[in-house]
Amino acid sequence: MEPTATLGEQLYLLVSLFDPFCGPIGFLNLLPENSLLSCGDTGWGDEVARGFFVTITLAACTLPIGLIIGLFLALAQQTDIRSLRISANIYTTIFRGLPELLTIFMIYFGLQIAVREAALALGYDRGFDINSFVAGTVALSLVFSAYACEVLSSAFKAIPKGQYEAGYALGLRPGKTMRLLILPQLVRIALPGLGNLWMILIKDTALISVIGLGDTLRQTGIAAKVTKEAFFFYGIACLLFLSLAILSSVAFSRIETRVRRSGVNQ
Amino acid sequence: MRVLGATLLGIWVLAGIALVLWLIDAWDIDKVTTYGPKFLSGLATTLTLVGISITLGALLSVPIAFGRMSSNRFLAALAYGYVYFFRGTPLIAQLFLIYYGFGSFRDQMEAMGLWVFFRDAWNCALFAFTLNTAAYQAEILRGAIESVPRGQHEGAAALGLKPVQTFHRIILPQAMIVALRPYGNEIILMIKGSAIVAIVTVFDLMGETRRAYSRTFDFQTYIWAAVLYLVIVEALRNIWQKLEQRLTRHLKR
Repeated sequence: MEPTATLGEQLYLLVSLFDPFCGPIGFLNLLPENSLLSCGDTGWGDEVARGFFVTITLAACTLPIGLIIGLFLALAQQTDIRSLRISANIYTTIFRGLPELLTIFMIYFGLQIAVREAALALGYDRGFDINSFVAGTVALSLVFSAYACEVLSSAFKAIPKGQYEAGYALGLRPGKTMRLLILPQLVRIALPGLGNLWMILIKDTALISVIGLGDTLRQTGIAAKVTKEAFFFYGIACLLFLSLAILSSVAFSRIETRVRRSGVNQ
Repeated sequence: MRVLGATLLGIWVLAGIALVLWLIDAWDIDKVTTYGPKFLSGLATTLTLVGISITLGALLSVPIAFGRMSSNRFLAALAYGYVYFFRGTPLIAQLFLIYYGFGSFRDQMEAMGLWVFFRDAWNCALFAFTLNTAAYQAEILRGAIESVPRGQHEGAAALGLKPVQTFHRIILPQAMIVALRPYGNEIILMIKGSAIVAIVTVFDLMGETRRAYSRTFDFQTYIWAAVLYLVIVEALRNIWQKLEQRLTRHLKR
């Protein structure tokens, strides 16, 4: 078992106390014991809930990594150093142009080959399995950062030059100007775009099920195969993704009103 | 910073050269003659699938967009629900729901004669993609139509144009210019998204790649697929940019 998986298990045990599906206060416990979605060994409720948890964890792990890489890419695109701009452009062109599924396969199989070669070079002669959660996080971070770069880049362009000059006039160093003056405004401008990217990210996590990660889609797929109730379980998968989308859009509109409170709007 | 930039660019250039050298080194005429034509036919499958579903989706998106803008509450809610569902769930889940899920209703569908259609993975993919892109295109269309200022409607009314004439001659041409860029993005998203049909046994470019990889365990199959996808997407993006520049040249000052 890989370390991330065990960490995930422990995290799952902790979270399952508050699990709204099958935890002590879960609503699926209200179902009769032999229904398709009940918890425990008879139904598929707990398996599906577990997959849902994996989906959320994957998206939540990808978000900060993708945002940080995306921010650095956007900063690189703002500089007047040509080599930096070109480097960032190559990166975004590749990862925005490739189908997400292809990126996922390439990272998954590519990492596997790379790890095997490295192990051979170090004298180990055995195969390694790449954890599909790690491969998925890497692949989705690459894609997310390329898109985040685009959003942040256009947000940078929306900040007037006078803001930088004001920082300079106040005697702030460039790093401090960025942190205290530019980034807070940047967040406000970029928030709707980043919200869209988050929605896309949630949907893209479903693709990781094809390299064997037990996310919502895979768990419902297993349930569908065993019970032969494919429409029911894939319908449940769609509803779960839909509920995540609704929750996210509610959360984002809250955050947006909160962030806008401090702003002077046109 | 300058050093960092030069280093990063150097890494890209080195990676590119290494990739090309490796591809030349791994060039195997047997594999190329076996899998080359298959890749091209897979590419044709991808483009056909996307072409048909975008076209059908465009037709379907018109009533949905008007439903969204309708003052009839029921129609508006219906269209809103449709759009929300197809934009809020992953395309792959929709595809599974149709391809595997409709099998649950096999008896009823056989009775209606629909089973012949939904038995085939290609038809299911086409159906799922059409429904999905219709939702996205409806939002593009609605956004574009609503972006035309009110004054344009009032101007047309003042000139005594009928509502249908107003829509065709005043509103639509202006809306289409606004919609041009998102439509281009939608086509690119569909080309990229269509790769998932490989999971349900349709041999598009991705499907052929997976088949070739499972037989040869040669990673260059994925590299060639990546090159093909990048070429299509970049070509389309550039063509679209040219098209947009040409169509909006009267707006330039």
